[in-house]
Parts: sequence; C-alpha cells; structure tokens
Amino acid sequence: MSLRQRVSSDHELARLLQIGIVLEEVNEARARRHRDSIGETDETLSTLLAEASEESAEHRQRLETLLEELEATPIPPDEIDALVGDHYAASRPEDFDDVLYDQLCSEESAYKFYDDLIDAIEDSETVFSADRERILERLRSIREQEERGVEAVLELMESES
Amino acid sequence: MNTADQYLKAVYVAERVDGGRASTSTLADLLDVSPASATEMIGKLEEQGLVNHEKYKGATLTESGTERAEEAIETYCILQRFLRNVLGVEEYRSEARALESVIDETVAERLDTIIDRPEECPACFDVHNDACSRLSEQEPEEVEAGAE
Repeated sequence: MSLRQRVSSDHELARLLQIGIVLEEVNEARARRHRDSIGETDETLSTLLAEASEESAEHRQRLETLLEELEATPIPPDEIDALVGDHYAASRPEDFDDVLYDQLCSEESAYKFYDDLIDAIEDSETVFSADRERILERLRSIREQEERGVEAVLELMESES
Repeated sequence: MNTADQYLKAVYVAERVDGGRASTSTLADLLDVSPASATEMIGKLEEQGLVNHEKYKGATLTESGTERAEEAIETYCILQRFLRNVLGVEEYRSEARALESVIDETVAERLDTIIDRPEECPACFDVHNDACSRLSEQEPEEVEAGAE
C-alpha cells in the first residue's frame, strides 16, 4: 500500500500508460458499439459518438508512441476490443439517455486518469528515459481534449432535457 | 484512490488482522507511515464520522466508513484483477499497491467493464494475502488475455 501519488520509475510510468491505452481502447470500442446500436435515430448523438471513438483511437496512438520511447510493450487493440465485445451485453445501455450517460462516464474517467497521472509525474523527481517535458506536454494536450469531450456530452444532455 | 480511502481500506484490513480494532501500529505498518501521521489522519476520519477511535485500543469503522472502505477494496480488486488477467502481470499484488494512489474509482469502473469479478466482491478479499481469494486460486491458463 502506498500513500504517495507519484510515479517512481520507468516501469511504473509504462504500466500507467498501458492502463491509459486500454482505457482509450475500451472507450473507443464502447462508443463504436453505442453508435451501431442507436443506428440513424439521432444524428447529433451519432456524430458525437463517431468523433469520440476517433479521438480515443488518436489518444491511444499518442500513448503508444510514448510507450515505445520507454521501450515497453504495447497492448494489441484487437484483444481489448474482443474483451469489450465479450462483456458488452452485461453493461449495454438500454436507451438514448443511458448511451449519453455511459459516454459521459467514458469522458470523465479518461479526464480523471490523465489529471491524476499528470499530478503523479509532476510530483515525482524520477528521471525517466523518455523526455519528461514531452511526456507532460502530450498528456496535458490529451487531458484538454478530454475536458472538451466532457463539456460536449453535458451540452448535448442539457439540450435534450 | 485518495489518501482518506487508503486509510479506510487499511482500517478495514487491520480490524480483521488485529481481531476487532485497528491499532495505530498496524495502520502505520500497512501504510508505511509514522504512527504520528496515522493518529492524525484517524482523528480527521473520526471528525468526518467514518471511524470511531478509542485511545490505547484502536479504531473501528462506522457504518458509513465501512461502506467507503468496501468501495475502496472493490477499486483495489478491480486493479489487481485487471493487472493480472488483462495485462498478464505476475507481480499484480505489488504493482497494485504501487499504483493504487494514481487509479481513481471512476477509472476502475471503466476497467471493470472488461473483467470478470465475483458477485460477492469485496467479501472475498483475503486480508492476510492482500488479494481477492478467488483471484489467488485462479490458474494462470484462466487468464483472459496476456499482453505483457
């Protein structure tokens, strides 16, 4: 058990990036499945889900580049997509509101992940084998996009209520 | 997981290890902090109605403290199960300990959508082994996907 919130080695940073990659893969795969399930019933929501899925894929690729700089193993996306598929039925949203709420959870969890990870790197004095400022810059940029993602879902929720 | 939740989780574990009450020394050992730090934090948690504390005897969780401690254990179990079964990490217990402060409950909930977790969780958490007893029993070939 560790009370400190900081990253103390390349290994820990690589593991956290792997977790981020899987989180993005989960969000990407769920948004794609939600879009398939709602069909053409709501163009605005369909567009939001398509953009969210594309953005998650892009974030995942950016994290993979950082992971390569740390010489760590990436996570094959198809394995995670299969796991999402296997478990999707158990947590599949029932209707429009549930889809929106699930998408909000995706965006919020990603934002929280990057926010905590950035804090943990900033609080650490560890010298990583990859450039620390480049890592932070990339993570801050992704966090900013996640923040806008949360706002976009909230705006759609408000306009639909 | 924030510091308060890590303390509540430690009280939950220590109550069971110490046989009823969590002593300051057990909490300090579990959290790798000084006894003075543990005493100070327990005082704060008592003010919030999450623990009851009796001098020289130790701390116990209140009803609301127990609820939060169980949620923290669930988050910890999700992280362990995810590390072992999705990322194929052999040292999942030590890695979960090292990473738990960075992984929030909302993140764990998303990871939970791709793992199989027993319905009785967190009741099956083995405090002496610092892991889900069902996960410890699982054979390596039952792992969902190895990616390391």
